[in-house]
Amino acid sequence: MATDWETPQMAQGSGFAWSRLVIYGLLGFLALVYLLPLVVMLLTSFKPLPEIYAGNILSLPKEWTIAPWIDAWERACVGLSCNGIKGYFWNSTKMTVLAVTLSTLIGLLNGYVLTKWKFKGADLLFGLMLFSCFIPFQIVLIPMATVLGKMGIASSTTGLVFVHVVYGLCFTTLYARNYYMAFPDELIKAAMIDGAHFFKIFWRILLPSSGPIIVVAVIWQFTNIWNDFLFGASFSTGESAPMTVALNNVVNTSTGERPYNVHMAAAMFAALPTLLVYIFGGRYFVRGLMAGSVKG
Amino acid sequence: MATTYTDARGYDDAPSARARFQELLPKLVLAPSVVITLVFVYGFIIWTTYLSFTKSRGYPVHELVGFLNYTRVWAQPRWIVAIHNLAIFGILYIFICLFLGLLLAILLDQRIRQEGTLRAIFLYPMALSFIVTGTAWKWMLNPGLGIEKLVHDWGWTNFKFDWIVNEDMAIYTVVIAGVWQASGFVMAMFLAGLRGIDQDIIKAASIDGATLPKIYWRIIIPQLRPVFVSALAILAHLAIKSYDLVVALTGGGPGYASDLPSLFMYANTFTRNQLGMGAASAVMMLLTVAAIMVPYLYSEVRQSSRSGR
Amino acid sequence: MRAKLLTVLVAGCFGVGLALSAEQQSVEVVHWWTSGGEAAALKVLKDDMQKKGYGWKDSPIAGGGGDQARTVLRARVASGNPPDAMQMLGFIITDYAEEGLLGNLDSVAAKEGWDKVVPAPLQKFDKYKGHWVAAPVNIHRTNWIWANKKIFDELKITPPKTFDELLAAADKIKKAGYIPFAHGGQPWQDATIFDSAVLSAGGPEFYRKALIDLDKTALTSKTMEKAFEQMQKLHGLLDPNYPNRDWNLASAMVINGKAAMQIMGDWAKGEFFKAGKKPNVDFLCFQYPGTEGSFTFNSDAFALFKVSKEREAAQFTLASAIMDKNFQEQFNLVKGSIPARMDVPGDKFDDCGKKSMADLQVALKNNAMLGSFAHGHAVPEGLKGPMIDVVTNYFNKGGSPAEATKQLAAAVENAK
Repeated sequence: MATDWETPQMAQGSGFAWSRLVIYGLLGFLALVYLLPLVVMLLTSFKPLPEIYAGNILSLPKEWTIAPWIDAWERACVGLSCNGIKGYFWNSTKMTVLAVTLSTLIGLLNGYVLTKWKFKGADLLFGLMLFSCFIPFQIVLIPMATVLGKMGIASSTTGLVFVHVVYGLCFTTLYARNYYMAFPDELIKAAMIDGAHFFKIFWRILLPSSGPIIVVAVIWQFTNIWNDFLFGASFSTGESAPMTVALNNVVNTSTGERPYNVHMAAAMFAALPTLLVYIFGGRYFVRGLMAGSVKG
Repeated sequence: MATTYTDARGYDDAPSARARFQELLPKLVLAPSVVITLVFVYGFIIWTTYLSFTKSRGYPVHELVGFLNYTRVWAQPRWIVAIHNLAIFGILYIFICLFLGLLLAILLDQRIRQEGTLRAIFLYPMALSFIVTGTAWKWMLNPGLGIEKLVHDWGWTNFKFDWIVNEDMAIYTVVIAGVWQASGFVMAMFLAGLRGIDQDIIKAASIDGATLPKIYWRIIIPQLRPVFVSALAILAHLAIKSYDLVVALTGGGPGYASDLPSLFMYANTFTRNQLGMGAASAVMMLLTVAAIMVPYLYSEVRQSSRSGR
Repeated sequence: MRAKLLTVLVAGCFGVGLALSAEQQSVEVVHWWTSGGEAAALKVLKDDMQKKGYGWKDSPIAGGGGDQARTVLRARVASGNPPDAMQMLGFIITDYAEEGLLGNLDSVAAKEGWDKVVPAPLQKFDKYKGHWVAAPVNIHRTNWIWANKKIFDELKITPPKTFDELLAAADKIKKAGYIPFAHGGQPWQDATIFDSAVLSAGGPEFYRKALIDLDKTALTSKTMEKAFEQMQKLHGLLDPNYPNRDWNLASAMVINGKAAMQIMGDWAKGEFFKAGKKPNVDFLCFQYPGTEGSFTFNSDAFALFKVSKEREAAQFTLASAIMDKNFQEQFNLVKGSIPARMDVPGDKFDDCGKKSMADLQVALKNNAMLGSFAHGHAVPEGLKGPMIDVVTNYFNKGGSPAEATKQLAAAVENAK
């Protein structure tokens, strides 16, 4: 595990108390700024509608109500059916978990091959895969739809999972490759001498120490796949749509009344899984990004 | 370096079928991903490029018209505005994110007590899509509802913050929301980089009497060069891809004052029945991405594979 | 799609004697009526279908007034899996019909006599090469102004008959401390005003020549410059926070008495009703000055996609249900528009709706029922987009009307 880095201040030994004040002050101020949108959303989700139209977006609710949250979950109208977003939440979960697991697994294997079993042209292939990370999705929507249609999986969870795996591969491969590059080759060599083969080395030696990079890949993929709208809307129908589609229908309705409190509550539900993943996985995220730069 | 399969005795095993299979296995494992990438990314890029040279309107038509679509795209005043905005937005977004990300990372690295919480606070915007946060941002930036009104209520009635309804300033509000979203991620990258720096050099420098700022400026930040490069690449690509952000915030308005190439491409491909023009604008977007990415990718792949560990 | 087909076949094999829990054939409908009022109105259709023994698979996609839905539709068409029906307006129907993707409703239309009850200008869009491809739901009118009666009464203003009278009234309103016009600064809303400005500046024949026939001399004429001048003057009468404001929030400003007028199609009426306001009691509705007697319309219709023979029965039932007089009446009472069928009695409709129905007949007679440019009933999407770009840019940025007309003509040339 990485040793804690000693700050220059500690290295220098003496304490600059006032500089700590500046640091904390700056951080505190910036933290408030970053939190502002979230605060606005939360406050709005607990206010009754007349208060929202009347007042200040940052004012505390004069009358706290959790009705918007219940409405969002149970009763919000997503088109003709007014059963809230709870069903779609489950759709998203199913789809995201599958897609994240598959793309991470394949990415890890790819990274393993690219670093420990290098062959001629491996670098070029990696470069090709890496460039594909940067393609905007609108460009591939129609050709992808055509191909999925021909494969017969266009409007199904399978199709959606497939699409997300395809476009998530490059990132998971990138993360895994950078991580495994720092993994000592000697251990691999030793295992091979002991008679271990390709998969055995992966399962027994590499995978157990892949914790941090698995977390990075999972966090990144989860965020992108959970929040995706374009593919989700295009490759699903009706009740099997992911939650972003439902949320969009609740929030972006072109006509009619806008119960902003319900919108915000629905948005919070949509954001909750990713928020939790970031809050609890945050430290591993940094650690995962770090690996590869720490000297043995 | 190619691996040869050696058995426990250390001798090169005769190239049996099993050995050959073992040697082929890594390539087989990698193959599906490569094929997928070639088909679903490069194949589609080629398809789009092809489309950009055809007379396609609502659906693909296989009649080649040379560079007509490209001239038609450039003849639209809206495209000029979009490119102009991309330059402004892109440059500001990248530089402010890099600056803020580095600043936050350095601050957080000072053995802060609440590091975990603070880190989560700066990272969480990345977790949220703009369908979720769009309305909140629109409100905050709206002069009648948000920050301007808030400051007025606090007493400073001369305060003006109506950029979002201003033709010339609307694009800068997009920068603000964009920076809010991405700077936390850049911070995480820098934080990881900072934590990987060799302490001995720092110790030596401070023993020699260097002050804290000087240490940062002269020693630490230069060592973060690879992180700068990675972050730049990621931010550049995010900037070019930006779509949800603009749509949620300004809708491209007022008028089309905050339009970006991604919105232009979207409109032409999906709602204006101008597939050819949409494809042409997409190709130009890709070329811009390539211009920035390819040098970075080349150096990243070369350098890290050369250094090996 | 294949799974559904298989299920239908299996169910058919087992015969009708199966319990109600068996999968019934259903129609999949894509639309963007996701909010309370209209969704409730559309539900009438769903219940009707259910009574007739068909399920309803709802696939709504909100956003952009249908833009998101159309993106998704493109993807679904590309994947060979279009829905059974999709909400479409104007030339979009024509575009999809041209691609050969829409089904043929002639049998239903003939049986129910649609030709006689749907106005000819609508038929232009709902039919392709003489065959029915879409079932229209309503007729919206875009050249309306909605006004707060209290403000008008207070300032002793009556609905202005000319543009200059409108300016004078606006002046009075501004001096009294109200906002003359509530507007939402989105391209389609700017274009909705443009509909009326062109109509007012040049009359129905000019509107047709310029915005439907795209005649170059008309587009660059002094009359068109007058239309842009009207836009310019109106722009000066807005409050500064108008950009990107949603149209229903602008309506709310009129409802709450902050603003006096809104230039908007009659879907705005729905907002007033929801707030409990009554026409001629709380709000006034009148035509944009200079456009009395003309009717710029847009019509929501459900286009039926070409499907296999087995599914046709369900689709025909849906088409028939959409054209059902009762449904048309119920839906339009909520939506603010008038029925697409001209033989639906108007007594349940409010005064503004009644006026619309009466004006429709007059306009038809005088050849003054014109497709709304802003809403895709004058020119196809490929032309409408760049033209609206010019309009919205001019409205927000200003400049010389002569230059704007030149840009308009150039946009048309470039997009042909």
